[in-house]
Amino acid sequence: MKSEFTPPIGKILQISGKCISLIGNDIDTDRIIPARFLKCVNFDALGKSVFEDDRKTLKGKHPLDLEENKNASILIVNSNFGCGSSREHAPQALMRWGIKAIIGESFAEIFYSNCIAIGVPCFTLPKKSIQDIQKFIDNKSLYLEIDVKNSLAKSKNLNFILEIKESSRKMFLSGQWDATATLLENATLVERKFKELPYIKFDYDF
Amino acid sequence: MSKDTLFDKVWDLHKVSSLPGGSDQVFIGLHLIHEVTSPQAFGALKDKNLKVKFPNRTVATVDHIVPTDNQSRPFKDNLAEQMIETLEKNCLQHKIRFFNIGSGNQGIVHVVAPELGLTQPGMTIACGDSHTSTHGAFGSIAFGIGTSQVRDVLATQTIAMNKLKVRQIWCENKLSHGVYAKDLVLHIINKLGVKAGVGFAYEFAGPAINALSMEERMTICNMSIEGGARCGYINPDEKTFNYIKNKLCAPKNEDWDKALLWWKSLKSDENSIFDDLIRLDASKVEPTVTWGITPGQSVSINQQIPLLEKLSPNDQFIAKEAYEYMGFKPGQSIKNTHVDVCFIGSCTNGRISDLRVAANVLKDKKVSKTVKAFVVPGSEKVAAEAKQEGLDKIFKESGFQWREPGCSMCLAMNSDKLIGNQVSASSSNRNFKGRQGSPTGRTLLMSPAMVAAAAINGKVSDVREFINK
Repeated sequence: MKSEFTPPIGKILQISGKCISLIGNDIDTDRIIPARFLKCVNFDALGKSVFEDDRKTLKGKHPLDLEENKNASILIVNSNFGCGSSREHAPQALMRWGIKAIIGESFAEIFYSNCIAIGVPCFTLPKKSIQDIQKFIDNKSLYLEIDVKNSLAKSKNLNFILEIKESSRKMFLSGQWDATATLLENATLVERKFKELPYIKFDYDF
Repeated sequence: MSKDTLFDKVWDLHKVSSLPGGSDQVFIGLHLIHEVTSPQAFGALKDKNLKVKFPNRTVATVDHIVPTDNQSRPFKDNLAEQMIETLEKNCLQHKIRFFNIGSGNQGIVHVVAPELGLTQPGMTIACGDSHTSTHGAFGSIAFGIGTSQVRDVLATQTIAMNKLKVRQIWCENKLSHGVYAKDLVLHIINKLGVKAGVGFAYEFAGPAINALSMEERMTICNMSIEGGARCGYINPDEKTFNYIKNKLCAPKNEDWDKALLWWKSLKSDENSIFDDLIRLDASKVEPTVTWGITPGQSVSINQQIPLLEKLSPNDQFIAKEAYEYMGFKPGQSIKNTHVDVCFIGSCTNGRISDLRVAANVLKDKKVSKTVKAFVVPGSEKVAAEAKQEGLDKIFKESGFQWREPGCSMCLAMNSDKLIGNQVSASSSNRNFKGRQGSPTGRTLLMSPAMVAAAAINGKVSDVREFINK
């Protein structure tokens, strides 16, 4: 884990870093950050507790604990990563550990939108490509340079065309992944919608 | 692309604008908050110097961290106390209605909102909790959001989201005696898989769904997310309207008539188009129990834990992990599996009808001496109603502990936890590794009736052998 954490801000055009692989399908958010760590009123301390129980079980042999992965920042995962609970604490914990982007076979929906909302791009690749990367990482270090604009991942040995939802890609390029500002711009439309909705009129005031 | 489904209608009604890249800005009609996923959102509002846009469209309660043995303040757990205090402070400051402990209306957020009549057809409902899909049982479009989106809803009453596809799951016939909504939804997740619903809203329909009570429908929609679907819903009908009528926040007098007229117009058209359609025969479903570490890893009570080679290649990796973690052998019967702890409660199965069904099994019987059993009502209202009916006595006489309302051991954020590698029979929704508070604890998901049967025998049992006698 990095000693200092600076949250991402503005446009995210390029991410480069060392890859770290976590093998397994359906890795849920309870595993990423067990519920006992949700007893907090801010996210600051979560980085050190990411995958706490899995790491304890593996006694120092978990990928996140290996010396060579100390500075890794691109996480490689398999399918349905981040399923289960909607806790944003899960991507927050990964980000605070040092993860800046995730490449996987597929992501659970709420986890994916949480990642986008905090500035951690998630890309997908076919199963075979993910497995190739994971095999490669088994023996050697892999540094990737991700070009968000062109959805490309490049390294000395491997190149990939990544998939990302167009809406997410646009948000990273414009820096509007932190959606609040964009949503606030349409305040007049929101007011109009509020008045238009049938149920607002018969809301029982108690 | 789906057309003229209830989902399309409600989505289009709430769409505020199209955002770059194809996502929509969607108005949220009802926003529910609790102590775990809201403090950071209020913190972000403060950082950005923003106010809550429509304070009367957000409602709060406290559920995840509350102790179920002694609820006197301050809580013994300092962190839990800090969280409830933060919520109290935020609600007071931003003028948000808060149903606190002792109000008579506190409880699990997904139990409380329907019983207050806050949950209504045609609304969009969001909450920083994945089981928000529960509210779809009323024909609302309801989904879980993360804390950044909680912040967005507080600040703008809208979120940015990609429109979902719609898959109809048509359930023929009806459930047989001793088989419950929980069994049906576990069966559906097993058949479709835990990620089949990613990108979809699930519409549950057909004779078997129509025959279910509102509380059973909530159990079904609640677990949509366990099948990967962020949102699950059922078209509203007379049962829906009758359930809402006269609830505290339900429309009254002429407003009720207006509401009813609108609600009756809300359903998927007969010739609506779905992105996908699945049919299944509900009469074939049997009492279902999970054996693994995802809600999709389940079998019928008389089946064996599947052999590796019988599973699809995609399911084999997680199955191997599950055999090892659970300490079960492929081919082993699920029936008669020893259980240490029995838990009845949660937003899936902590409602009054769930307690009635379980009490009916437990009446004049005793919990096995080897089992620790406890029941946690889903809300203060559920608890009061159960007491009025004498259900608390039946539970206590059988050997169950009767607790105060909250989420409790569904996710074990309070002191209700498994110890070591204990096995629990649980009416909750997730059997993930470590979910119930012990990093090696093991969870078997089942209906509340099946939990009651397991409590009596100290092992996984077929509840039909109890209720048919």
